[in-house]
Amino acid sequence: MSLDAVLDIVAAVCLISGALLSLAAGMALVRFPDLLARMHAAAKPQVLGLLLVLLGCGLRLRTGVDITTLVLIGVFQLATAPVAAHMVGRAAYPHDDIRTDLLLTDELAPHLDRLSAATTTPTPTP
Amino acid sequence: MTIVAVTVTALLAVAGALTLTRIIRGPSILDRAVATDVLLAIIVAAIATEAAYSKDATALPVLVVLAVLGFVGSVSVARFAARRNDK
Amino acid sequence: MTPAEPTEPPSNATLTPAARRRNRITAVIFLVVVWMLLWGTLSWANLISGLVVAAVLLAVFPLPPVTFAGRIHPLGTARFLLRFLSDLVVASIQIAWMALRPGHVPHSAIIAVRLRVNTDLNLTLAAEALSLVPGSLILEADRTTGTLFIHVINVDSLDEVEKFRRGVLELEERIVAAIGSPEEQRRVRERPPPPLDLEGAAA
Repeated sequence: MSLDAVLDIVAAVCLISGALLSLAAGMALVRFPDLLARMHAAAKPQVLGLLLVLLGCGLRLRTGVDITTLVLIGVFQLATAPVAAHMVGRAAYPHDDIRTDLLLTDELAPHLDRLSAATTTPTPTP
Repeated sequence: MTIVAVTVTALLAVAGALTLTRIIRGPSILDRAVATDVLLAIIVAAIATEAAYSKDATALPVLVVLAVLGFVGSVSVARFAARRNDK
Repeated sequence: MTPAEPTEPPSNATLTPAARRRNRITAVIFLVVVWMLLWGTLSWANLISGLVVAAVLLAVFPLPPVTFAGRIHPLGTARFLLRFLSDLVVASIQIAWMALRPGHVPHSAIIAVRLRVNTDLNLTLAAEALSLVPGSLILEADRTTGTLFIHVINVDSLDEVEKFRRGVLELEERIVAAIGSPEEQRRVRERPPPPLDLEGAAA
């Protein structure tokens, strides 16, 4: 078996597992009970699934220019996905979207007042 | 490779359909933002698979734009939702 | 920032000129590399235009000061990255299985973990690594005390919550072993993860 064939097979495996992760994320989005649980599901195709698909794509294309572009996409995604998730989580937390009956503990609630005061003080009020 | 392409397309199509249900059903705008992000990831996966299948790298710059667009989109929705909830 | 809780100072306030210069050079190199990757070709024109763009960007959007007292330990970094990748794969498969399993409502918890090394860099890296792994999500970060508020999914008992808390502190250990200064490594070694104590955060 030639090297090309082996690389093609590895690429195919990567692509299919990335697609399977996306499918699982789609299922999770429909089935999970609240917003935060859905966000966990969303992290999956965005990180591992995307990395697998990009790896498969790079193994198929095998040219320098394309691989640098793929690396760049991966780096962008890894750097930005946590920031976006944090913003959404912060916007969601103190509101009704969260099923508190499914929480075992909540150690953020006692700190919430202090923290939200800390984040709003920098805006000066004349 | 054709079988792989067909399989991946089918999987991604089902995933996209499920994600769309979540976008339609909501209930809150943040749910929709998260689901839209997932949809964008699925689209990126689809375009990358197409590029891998046809060994044609023309679409790769589009992926860079999409990766950044998803970030800007969900951050601005989150900011908007946070501000509206303050009032 | 609330002045209420007296803790170790965030130690990000002042930077020596040498450290500031080093930060700026790192940022320029990083921006130029991204520029080159975007164009995809290695040429003098790209290098020079990249330098110009990086200089303009740094002049218009100056970066916040970051203290980086340690140095990069290759062995620790490799161990951190390998462990991160394996965590990523295992957690993704777990969450995927959870989504497909019929008739199961996942329980979750919000926990506060106070990191032992309270620098912006350590806090950021720990938060990034935790958010990238499915199954944990950063809700809020408190810079003054170096506390991360983490939403964990798929925990069924308080024992598992404590196990996760230890996992976070071990992750911090790996980060410090990868990029920490000797002083920070000493601090982490002196205070190993407490067995069942609540880190003084939720009293």
